[in-house]
Amino acid sequence: MSNLLDLLVAGLATGAIYALVAVGFTLLWQTSQTINFAQGEFVMLPAFLMLAVMHAGAPFWLAIILGILLSLLLLGLGFKLLLVDPMLRHGVLPLAIATMALAIGMKEAVKQFFSAEASPFPSIVPVGDVWILGRVVSLQSLGVLALAIAVVIGLTALLNRTSIGHQMQATAQNPTVARIIGVPVERMILLTFLINAFLVALASLLITPIYLAKFSSGEVLGQAAFIAAIVGGFNQVRGAIAGGLLIGVVDNLAAAYVSTQYRAAVPLILLIVIILFRPQGLLGRPEERTV
Amino acid sequence: MRSGIFAGLLLATVSAATAFAQGAPIKLADVAELSGGGATVGNNWKNGIDLAIEEINAKGGVLGRKLEVTHADSQSNPGVARAQVQKALDNEPYVLLGPGYSGSVKVTSPLAAEAGITQIMGGEAAELTQGGNKFLFRTSFGQQSSMPKVAKYINDELKAKSVAIVWVNNDFGKGGRDVITKEFAKYNIKVAADLSTEAGQADFAADVSKIKAAAPDAVFVYLNEEESARILKELKRQAVAAPLVGETTLVGQKVVELAGDAANGARGHVGLTTDAPVDLVKAFREKFVKKYNYVPDHNGLKGYLAIYMVKATTEKMGKVDAKKFADTLHGLTIKAASEPGILMDVTFDEKGDIDRQGFLVEIVEGKQVVKQVLPKLN
Repeated sequence: MSNLLDLLVAGLATGAIYALVAVGFTLLWQTSQTINFAQGEFVMLPAFLMLAVMHAGAPFWLAIILGILLSLLLLGLGFKLLLVDPMLRHGVLPLAIATMALAIGMKEAVKQFFSAEASPFPSIVPVGDVWILGRVVSLQSLGVLALAIAVVIGLTALLNRTSIGHQMQATAQNPTVARIIGVPVERMILLTFLINAFLVALASLLITPIYLAKFSSGEVLGQAAFIAAIVGGFNQVRGAIAGGLLIGVVDNLAAAYVSTQYRAAVPLILLIVIILFRPQGLLGRPEERTV
Repeated sequence: MRSGIFAGLLLATVSAATAFAQGAPIKLADVAELSGGGATVGNNWKNGIDLAIEEINAKGGVLGRKLEVTHADSQSNPGVARAQVQKALDNEPYVLLGPGYSGSVKVTSPLAAEAGITQIMGGEAAELTQGGNKFLFRTSFGQQSSMPKVAKYINDELKAKSVAIVWVNNDFGKGGRDVITKEFAKYNIKVAADLSTEAGQADFAADVSKIKAAAPDAVFVYLNEEESARILKELKRQAVAAPLVGETTLVGQKVVELAGDAANGARGHVGLTTDAPVDLVKAFREKFVKKYNYVPDHNGLKGYLAIYMVKATTEKMGKVDAKKFADTLHGLTIKAASEPGILMDVTFDEKGDIDRQGFLVEIVEGKQVVKQVLPKLN
């Protein structure tokens, strides 16, 4: 039973990172009907941007700031202007395929210009332990969990309690009507891309010290976050958050109490079950389609 | 004008004659894990090979002929490795080098044997040299040599009565797990937990929780380098206090670099280490660091040695003969005094297994410290 606390904390910490990445999926889908299959690689790249800055001699804190700014530029602005805008006019499917190509390109570029080998990455959260309910719990797990939750709360507050958030939601719900009532739709869509870039940069900062910086590290993360977004509800931010936390915990519990060998299958089974009984996801809303 | 043409022809003739006298380059083919999960293994191996070839060629080559190597990437995937080895063998190399992963060696060694080409590889799974393949040679100890030493250390030095085993679910990991489990049985050491993990696994939280729940006297970790680093970090995160013991892949230089402080205290048996108290190994380390600007792990040594195995065997034969190469290497002892590139006296038996000194090391403040030198058996 005491083991369960360790598993829950570690699972929630990993799940919180899945949630950050999954939220990006839902935000982009809601505002611009974009499924970004390079989302995992979007998490991988910021760590390498920060490492590159550090290799140039900059301290870690400066590398974080520059890494986040570069991520906003490349993964937010650049992604929208150079790939999404030109491709979206051809439909969602060509764009989705283009993001798959982007994922491959990003992986190969990092492998070519940085290294195929894993690199260590400093932790923003201090390494150590705290005692909770008589158990030693990793400070790093708690720190990752706390930071991720703080960002999710901040994002939820932005969406629900600010004028910009309301305009973003209006854009997501019906861009045509939003435009009529004076919402700067294009600006809101760009803001969504920038928020996604910030979220992946933060996820990268939190997960890379544990998973190590490697060109292929986005594969697992992107897949887990995609499943989390569908399980939670692809059209709801709170669904993506719930889905992320759920996948993180289920994955850890399955590895501990079922089998490590079949752990990769458990989220997929969960996904199939959810889709069968609740196609819109746990917290998603059904979308009507007019014919 | 005519004299110019004559001079040119003369020069070309002289150059061709010189090249003929020196002989065409000796072609070697390397297939290694240059990307994927084993990128650390493959890139160290490749760099070791390139360093040795550069040295040998700078001194005139082997029997007056330069060595030339082509590198191919197996992507750490046995299927890709097999295709790359087939491609390499089609070009009729003198010797095939690599791969480093046991699973890849297992699927490629029949191809090299069928072609009659000697394969000098980095795999450590016990079964590789047990099947009677006369063309396969190791650059490091097989598990049948190293695991008994690890088990003896756990029993004699750590006095452990129960051990948790964590192994990677591939040929390398399963081979090591099978051998060490048998060794533990000889000492009546109980296996408190037997955990298989996946190659490339990122999250070890659940595995470490299981280890904590089993409360063993020691933990035997037998994973690839990157995964070793990840589990060391997780073991530290979850404050596992039991001694961590492994083989070369737990205490390698890359693991120490990746795991940072979490590697401190890890100990294990290593067949090769750049921290060995051997002058020739120290000299190798200096040359490698000067060329590549990082300290290699044991795979760098393995690649380097593979080339000097080629050199020593060819010079022993006195000719470049791919068909007789394997016969010559079987039973051959190469002395470091006469061939410094081999670094330590080494003997190859009839199965292609290796005999030389080994080391027991511990990671202390981010560095490998050799605690014990284990002598060559024969």
